[in-house]
Amino acid sequence: MAALHFHNLTLGYDRHPAVHHLSGEVAPGALVAVIGPNGAGKSTLLRGIVGILKPLDGTIHLGGLDARDIAYLPQSAEIDRSFPISVFDFVGTGLWRGTGLFGGIGKAARDKILQAIGAVGLSGFENRPIGTLSGGQMQRVLFARVLLQHARLIVLDEPFNAIDGKTTADLLALVKRWHGEGRTVLAALHDMEMVRNHFTETLVLARGPVAWGPTAEVLTPENLLVAMRMCEAFDDRAAACAAVEIGSRAA
Amino acid sequence: MLYDALIGPFTDFEFMRRALAAVIALALAGAPIGVFLMLRRMSLVGDAMAHAILPGAAVGFLLSGLNLFAMTAGGLIAGFAVAILAGVVARSTGLKEDASLATFYLASLALGVTIVSIKGTNIDLLHVLFGNILAMDDQTLLVVAFNATVTLLVLAVIYRPLVIESVDPLFLRTVSRAGGPAHLAFLALVVINLVNGFQALGTLLAVGLMILPAGIARFWSRDLTAMICIAVIAAAVSGYAGLVLSFQTRVPSGPAIILVATLLYIVSILFGRVGGIVRQLFPGRHLEA
Repeated sequence: MAALHFHNLTLGYDRHPAVHHLSGEVAPGALVAVIGPNGAGKSTLLRGIVGILKPLDGTIHLGGLDARDIAYLPQSAEIDRSFPISVFDFVGTGLWRGTGLFGGIGKAARDKILQAIGAVGLSGFENRPIGTLSGGQMQRVLFARVLLQHARLIVLDEPFNAIDGKTTADLLALVKRWHGEGRTVLAALHDMEMVRNHFTETLVLARGPVAWGPTAEVLTPENLLVAMRMCEAFDDRAAACAAVEIGSRAA
Repeated sequence: MLYDALIGPFTDFEFMRRALAAVIALALAGAPIGVFLMLRRMSLVGDAMAHAILPGAAVGFLLSGLNLFAMTAGGLIAGFAVAILAGVVARSTGLKEDASLATFYLASLALGVTIVSIKGTNIDLLHVLFGNILAMDDQTLLVVAFNATVTLLVLAVIYRPLVIESVDPLFLRTVSRAGGPAHLAFLALVVINLVNGFQALGTLLAVGLMILPAGIARFWSRDLTAMICIAVIAAAVSGYAGLVLSFQTRVPSGPAIILVATLLYIVSILFGRVGGIVRQLFPGRHLEA
């Protein structure tokens, strides 16, 4: 059973495609890097996977995963940092799946939250309001929440942007731990060195897929060059796309 | 002497006791709503809604006189109509939502005053605009208490999604569909409490007993639970002191209550523990770590 299956997937805004005719599948437990220049559709693809963006065409099969089996870390989270909530409570929202609207936070849940905060190296920060954290600490908090979500599919959108080396190393270790636990991880990244050293599979995206496969085979200068050449601007007078895959009609 | 001034009015006069009970009910329900309005940056939306519900309440008044139940129902309908219409206009024309809401509430206010004037007297109009908590009868008091109870129950139900939606709406969207309904329920609570404040404070000041205590609370705590408690206490104290002030002087009750709250607000701005001006001017020597 495939964890994730894209079939002739087109995602975009106002009918303009940002991800164009993508097909392929992500095996359960895969550790996939999604790379490509700015505007290549990385974030769009991830937003499609977590279901906050509906496909313009084609389909995404989650392979039996519920929306609640997915943890999503957006690139620029719309978090109101001035809201008076503590690190403990904020991380605790990651338990939503178990607690829902009313479920209590008992001793076991408290321990889990404390463990997650400890795992990202923020022990002692439990009672700090989130507004007092630095950028790197906030990213650690977000990782702690993902940790608590206990999701089978984890989607990270440029999780290491503007993060220092130490924090990146700590958080990357968490990503590899998730991989070790058999969870599927998709991450949009820009650091080619990191992709080469740590991610087994890579998708090079430039609106359409440029290459997809084992990192060592895919991450070539030729593929990257193709991706870089992608034209970023939407054409306002573009005609309706004529390319229709036969299979998508049948499905 | 002090007893005569502070407690005497309430032991001697039944209308003062009713007013006090009403003001405490308003504080219990309205202040937490005010805290969320402030934290969600909707303080002025509350104000606009207060005007927007006037025509609905006025139609209720036309049909059944000063009956809080009819006015509440009318106010709810008008409030939602304006909120939804403003949203639709904003989405379909590209007008910003706040500008759209501003035009709608101004129109509503004009319409509401017109409707009240058609049937009622100028006294009625003053009553609707500024309220008169001293003229509260038993039935009205029960409606106020009922609305406050409903508010607290609903708030308890939507508390968790409301908090998460305020901090991180995208996260809530990915784990649950409770965000939209929670937001709508919250708007309904805003309208219910505005209408509730009608009798005591009138349309123009009803939102005052929600927003001012929230503003006060912000200067004393960084914790949501504590903020809500402080806001409730500040609202109740303002209500009580406002009633005493109104009884001893000739200041109308609504403005008296809001003026006391304003006084507390000014004190908080000056001396508040969190971001108060005195604290900022004399922060003390910086710490070691």
